[in-house]
Amino acid sequence: MSTEALSPSNVMEAETKQKDVMRVENLTYTYPGAPKPSLHGINLPIRRNKITALIGPSGCGKSTLLRAMNRIHDLYPGNRYEGRILLSNPEETAMEDILELKKENDLIRLRQRVGMIFQKPTPFPMTIFENVAYGLKLSGMKNKSDIEERVVAALQGSAIWNETKDRLNDSAMGLSGGQQQRLCIARAVALKPEVLLFDEPTSALDPISTGAIEELISELKKEVSIAIVTHNMQQASRLSDYTAFMYIGDLIEYNKTSKIFLNPDQKLTEDYITGRFG
Amino acid sequence: MGGKLFRNVSFLSATLSFFILLGIFVILFHYAQDAMHTFGWDFLRIDQWEPGEDDEGGVFGGLIPIAGTLLTTLIAMVIAVPLSMGIAIFLTEIAHKNLVKPVGVAIELLAAIPSIIYGMWGLFYFAPIIQHTFGGNGVGLLTAGIVLAIMIIPFMAAITRDAMNTTPPVLKESAYAMGATTFEVVKDIVMPYAKGGIIGSIILALGRALGETMAVAFLIGSVFKFPSKITDPTTSIPVLLANNFSEAQDLELSSMYLLALLLFVVSFIIISLAKFYFLGRGVK
Repeated sequence: MSTEALSPSNVMEAETKQKDVMRVENLTYTYPGAPKPSLHGINLPIRRNKITALIGPSGCGKSTLLRAMNRIHDLYPGNRYEGRILLSNPEETAMEDILELKKENDLIRLRQRVGMIFQKPTPFPMTIFENVAYGLKLSGMKNKSDIEERVVAALQGSAIWNETKDRLNDSAMGLSGGQQQRLCIARAVALKPEVLLFDEPTSALDPISTGAIEELISELKKEVSIAIVTHNMQQASRLSDYTAFMYIGDLIEYNKTSKIFLNPDQKLTEDYITGRFG
Repeated sequence: MGGKLFRNVSFLSATLSFFILLGIFVILFHYAQDAMHTFGWDFLRIDQWEPGEDDEGGVFGGLIPIAGTLLTTLIAMVIAVPLSMGIAIFLTEIAHKNLVKPVGVAIELLAAIPSIIYGMWGLFYFAPIIQHTFGGNGVGLLTAGIVLAIMIIPFMAAITRDAMNTTPPVLKESAYAMGATTFEVVKDIVMPYAKGGIIGSIILALGRALGETMAVAFLIGSVFKFPSKITDPTTSIPVLLANNFSEAQDLELSSMYLLALLLFVVSFIIISLAKFYFLGRGVK
């Protein structure tokens, strides 16, 4: 390894690694039993400590792409992936291709490194504390005081500590929708993931809760790199540093958010952003 | 006008079930008076069922059929609960979708087989196997319990499966997204989420096991004797009632009403306990 590390290609890898935490390369994805692929040759970098927004009309494949990035698709057998999804590894210089992972244990570790927040809040049927501690226990943490420390830190980091500190042992089902969603974020944050994938995290919430979640997401990018699927154009322009526009399984355009929203290269992107379709 | 009529009819239908329940209780209670006065609480301790000379008087006690009922039900539940859970978990979380449908249909069909068929199959095919493996006469507690288990498994498995299927996929996905294994998702998400339905299925199966007559009549041996081994033949409340009803008179008949009342009350208590105790607490 040490001699190889000096070769030019590895130096280059190491440099891009600084910038990209994940890189989707030429990804074609077919759902089980589907005659045609739902994603065609997607290329998309996820920049380190930045927010990347995926926008596009319903059915364009943005959630499909997001769900490929932690291989949650694999819960349902019969998928076909082609191409590569590279994830940087903190211990190695080279990025690893997560599509090569086969064993359940490797997939579990992947999902702990690449967390996911869903459209609807999904509190587990347990107490607030247990919800956040759950992932930590799954990852093998045993020490009670360590777990408690991480839970408190995650709740504080997810701006929900003040509302929950007096009711940690109450059922998480009693929280409001917005609180539940922040709890789900805290749950993911507690695992200290490298990447967090948000699949329309505010589409089921009222404007005030949405504001709180957006604020939280902007805060979180100091710690993790973020990809967010959203239907809400304002949300994408407010929150993200980079934006990818997708349409019927193709990635039409990817660029800095300001560029996409002010001066997109593609006519299709412009039409969508100005609300001419979608 | 139509609204009022509909309201009254539905009100009547709803209250009717309550009155039927009450009516059955009152009749059982009324006919059981004779035995209650004669034996009192000793009825629960007497292990005899001896009509007197000329069908006058006699000594009747409920200990053996009550024990037989509870023991066969216990054996059945001990076998059926884990197996049904296993079937339901397999069908909802593990099995390939091409397998889910045929196995699901097979289970529903099994639940629809009349109990006498289970009884015959158990007596002619299953009892000799038990005899060969565990000794005894073939018929007895164990055989009845196992066949009872086989009868209630499809029932329990089908309801549990339906309850587990109501777990929102996104909830399971978010547990997988935290790095849970299938086992952990079942244990921590699906089971707690489906708890109400699972307990409901156990209660219904329990009720069926307690009252099952035909299959148990074939398999328990119908001997009025306290079992000392698990393979011993004995009797149960419904079996005793079915076997003796045509000939019983006076005190014996009244004792049988008392047994029926006990079965009624025991079933009622078990089901209410299970319902209120388990469903009334914990996270929903």
